Amino acid sequence: MAEFVMPALGADMSAGTLVEWRKRPGDPIARGEIIADVHTDKADIEVEVFTSGIVDRLLVEPGQKVPVGTPLAIIREDGGAPAPAPEKRGPREEAARILASPSAKSLADELGVDLAAIHGSGPKGRIQRRDVEAAARGAAPPAPSPAPPPAAAEPGDAQAAMRQAIAAAMARSKREIPHFYLSESIDLSAAMAWLGHENLTRSVQDRLLPGVLMLKAVALALREVPELNATWQGGSLVRSDSIHVGVATFLRGGGLVAPALHDADRQSLDELMGAFRDLVSRARAGRLRSSEMSDPTSTVTSLGERGSESVLPIIFPPQVAIVGFGRVVERPWVSDGQVLVCPVVTATLAADHRVTDGHRAAALLTAVNRLLQEPEGL
Amino acid sequence: MTTYREAVRQGMREALEGDPRVFLMGEDVGRYGGAFAVSMGLLDEFGPERIRDTPLSESAFVGAGIGAAIAGLRPIVEVMTINFSMLALDQVVNNAAALRYMSGGQLSVPLVVRMATGGGRQLAAQHAHSLEVWYAHVPGIKAVAPATVADARSMVLAALAEPDPVFVFEHATLYPIEGELEDGDLPLGRAAVRRAGTAVTLVTYGGSLWKTLAAAEELAGDGVDAEVVDLRSLRPLDMETVLESVAKTHRVVIVDEGWCTGSLAAEIGMQVSEEGFDLLDWPPQRVCSVEVPMPYAKHLEDAALPSAERIVATVREMAA
Amino acid sequence: MTVPHAAAAQGVTRERALGLLREMLRIRRFEEKAAELYSLGHIRGFLHLYIGEEAVAVGAMQALGEQDRIVATYRDHGHALARGLPPGELMAEMFGKATGCSRGRGGSMHFFDVSRRFYGGYAIVGGGLPIAVGLALADALEKRPVVTACFFGDGAVVEGEFHESMNLAALWRLPVLFLYENNLYAMGTAIERSQAQLDMELRARGYGVPAEVVDGMDVLAVAAATRRGVDAVRQGGGPHLIEFKTYRFRAHSMADPDLYRTKDEVEQWRERDPIDLFVRAQGIDEASLAAVEEAVADELEQAVAFAEAGDWEPVGDLEQDVYTTGPAP
Repeated sequence: MAEFVMPALGADMSAGTLVEWRKRPGDPIARGEIIADVHTDKADIEVEVFTSGIVDRLLVEPGQKVPVGTPLAIIREDGGAPAPAPEKRGPREEAARILASPSAKSLADELGVDLAAIHGSGPKGRIQRRDVEAAARGAAPPAPSPAPPPAAAEPGDAQAAMRQAIAAAMARSKREIPHFYLSESIDLSAAMAWLGHENLTRSVQDRLLPGVLMLKAVALALREVPELNATWQGGSLVRSDSIHVGVATFLRGGGLVAPALHDADRQSLDELMGAFRDLVSRARAGRLRSSEMSDPTSTVTSLGERGSESVLPIIFPPQVAIVGFGRVVERPWVSDGQVLVCPVVTATLAADHRVTDGHRAAALLTAVNRLLQEPEGL
Repeated sequence: MTTYREAVRQGMREALEGDPRVFLMGEDVGRYGGAFAVSMGLLDEFGPERIRDTPLSESAFVGAGIGAAIAGLRPIVEVMTINFSMLALDQVVNNAAALRYMSGGQLSVPLVVRMATGGGRQLAAQHAHSLEVWYAHVPGIKAVAPATVADARSMVLAALAEPDPVFVFEHATLYPIEGELEDGDLPLGRAAVRRAGTAVTLVTYGGSLWKTLAAAEELAGDGVDAEVVDLRSLRPLDMETVLESVAKTHRVVIVDEGWCTGSLAAEIGMQVSEEGFDLLDWPPQRVCSVEVPMPYAKHLEDAALPSAERIVATVREMAA
Repeated sequence: MTVPHAAAAQGVTRERALGLLREMLRIRRFEEKAAELYSLGHIRGFLHLYIGEEAVAVGAMQALGEQDRIVATYRDHGHALARGLPPGELMAEMFGKATGCSRGRGGSMHFFDVSRRFYGGYAIVGGGLPIAVGLALADALEKRPVVTACFFGDGAVVEGEFHESMNLAALWRLPVLFLYENNLYAMGTAIERSQAQLDMELRARGYGVPAEVVDGMDVLAVAAATRRGVDAVRQGGGPHLIEFKTYRFRAHSMADPDLYRTKDEVEQWRERDPIDLFVRAQGIDEASLAAVEEAVADELEQAVAFAEAGDWEPVGDLEQDVYTTGPAP
């Protein structure tokens, strides 16, 4: 028997609302299949399972909001016998409790603050009035967890909740992660020339964007500086074998998500472009998959054509690095003693000083630069 | 300035002067002047009919107080200490508290029983307990604990104005304290806010008031502004005042010299939880006596009783 | 079985004799009816019958005036009836009705009627004694010529409260008349098995309290002794004690299988049934006896009807009279 639990769809998620079951008890299900839709403050996300077998029992009704880790369903693994019914629901209900003082609860009600968005400062993380007050003031609560909105939230509430979640995550990042920043101006002449040539052979829908080149370059560069393709968990660095690059995606209604392009280093540019388009459209439609939310090992952000010349990004915890690309601009560029007009982009790495130093981190930008000078190798 | 013992005496004197039905009886209240010198001089002023020394027969003289009250007098019965009052508990619970109800409302028992309570004087396990809750438990009687000089006088008079039995608990360490008397009637059953604050409510009564106020001052040095509620009445409890305070502070510590288990502190904490659940930002906390018969040795007795240090430590844990 | 004093021959009028007979019979028939109603479930709780001891209550009450005070025990039906509490109110009390003498709050063990200075049945053995001392203390302080009569049984004699109360009443020379109903058993424990000193005169002398021992089966002897006691107390002689040698014919309570005494013993005492003794001694003829029986039966019928007709106190009044409302009396 395997429990299917409310997944952590991003490091900042502490609870999610089950929107819909895609499977019923008795249905066969294979690893990677979508079993349910879950609503977080950031998006509606299709949640996949990691166990193959038969759906034995569903434990949570649609509309219920439960903390990350709460069992949602029991899956009878291939060859297993049906599970006996649980005798008591007590412990599960206990797990569903948000620990908050009664007074904090009523204050949160009064101020419209979502307790799930708050990390309590009391014993066992119990939320106290001061935590609610801090959240209501907009000060970042000392929270590792952004808030999913209530199940029946109005759109405006959802946006506010997302804002609150971003606030919480970013505040936590800036509070806990000693950021340092390295910048590199990169001549994109070769890359843009190669891209122009490549796109001649493609239909409009299949054209590659400069951002995909940069993304692939970062993915490959992360192989060379593996300590930046990692997460910081419980006080130590956990390196990832795979390179799943989070793509900061701005949503039309406001806010942003950074879902993962899985194994970005191993995908061709065309595959990556397709995946990127799919990811952005699904993100904007609120149909991201759970693994996409929880898997990024590093992130790339780009403000694109309408952005600024440089971006000094904030790391998404528990990741340890993020690379921001500014707008591609034409600049005088000295090459071989000559001043040329070149398309230039400024790449800025924000890295976690707890896990790496400037000397090592610089290697990442150097590698990105090198890779972008040889676009055909991407 | 007046001492607490003089204040009790003053209250009794005023009652004796003002109402010929009032008389005082108890062990050594007359010639000896009272074990705590509370009634010193009253024998000379009012004579042996009204200041009556009794034999060491707690059950008989408390019961006689009940009988005399039924028959129209206003007895003040002094029991030397609360530990001795156990000998009269039959009369208290089975008669004083029950007679009105059991007789279908035919009888009233306007009796006042005063006694010394509490530890802190190295008197060990038969003279130093704080058993007020045993009385406060019983419907049909009222229980009060004056903590200040002004209340020591006023509560005697207020108790005598009651139509039902009132038990007055005087913490033995309070007798020498000094303060000012206050004129005017005291409504029995109302708590007093002795120190206003916003961070935490410290609920206490009797001898613990002064420890609690000392703790509040120390906490003020930490920037923790404690409100101190002196219950004054242990039955009925003025939960309105307590809850008003908790509505402000959202935290409550009850300081009670009784043992923790089944204590007044437990009752107050429970009522706060029942009536003020949504007010609470922290589980109600208790600072009570350690659950041992009172030891003699000073360092042990100090450790057994609530102290300002323990109150401060409890609050700091909540505020941390 | 020893009978201390034979009743002194006393001349009583026929009217008074029939009156005493009626009072004793009222208690007897009332209790027999109560036992029946108990077995039918109309009366619950404890029911302690006084049958056999009627001469004590009836005789003693003859000597007490309206202003005097009575403190009784849990076996209080006889005391209450002899004091003049209406049988209907007593029956209603045992039914638990609001029309009962204690509004259904007390039941069989706790009859109260302050208007008749009947200060209640006390069911903690010995618990009424200090109350009686206090009532008497108030009268002494107020210099009222009032006697407080306090009934207690042989069980109370070994309670501390008896000794404390005797001592205090004697010490302060209070107007208490201690009425000792010695029916030989404290529930199931014979006095020989509970009292180191059976001689109550001796015990009382230990406290400086004059005492007299009387045949509790002889209503006239009881009345005469009580009269002497009341007079002495009222004249300021301090407390007096009278021991009534008596016997309950029925078990301690309805639940008592009566295993601690022999049937022979009970039968021997029944031969000295206070009602039969009185009828014989007074030469009351069958017709007169029948007329009294009939009158008592009528009273009893009315009493039961009164009890049955009574209302229950509304549950909404449950918390009424825990405390006094309004100013102090």
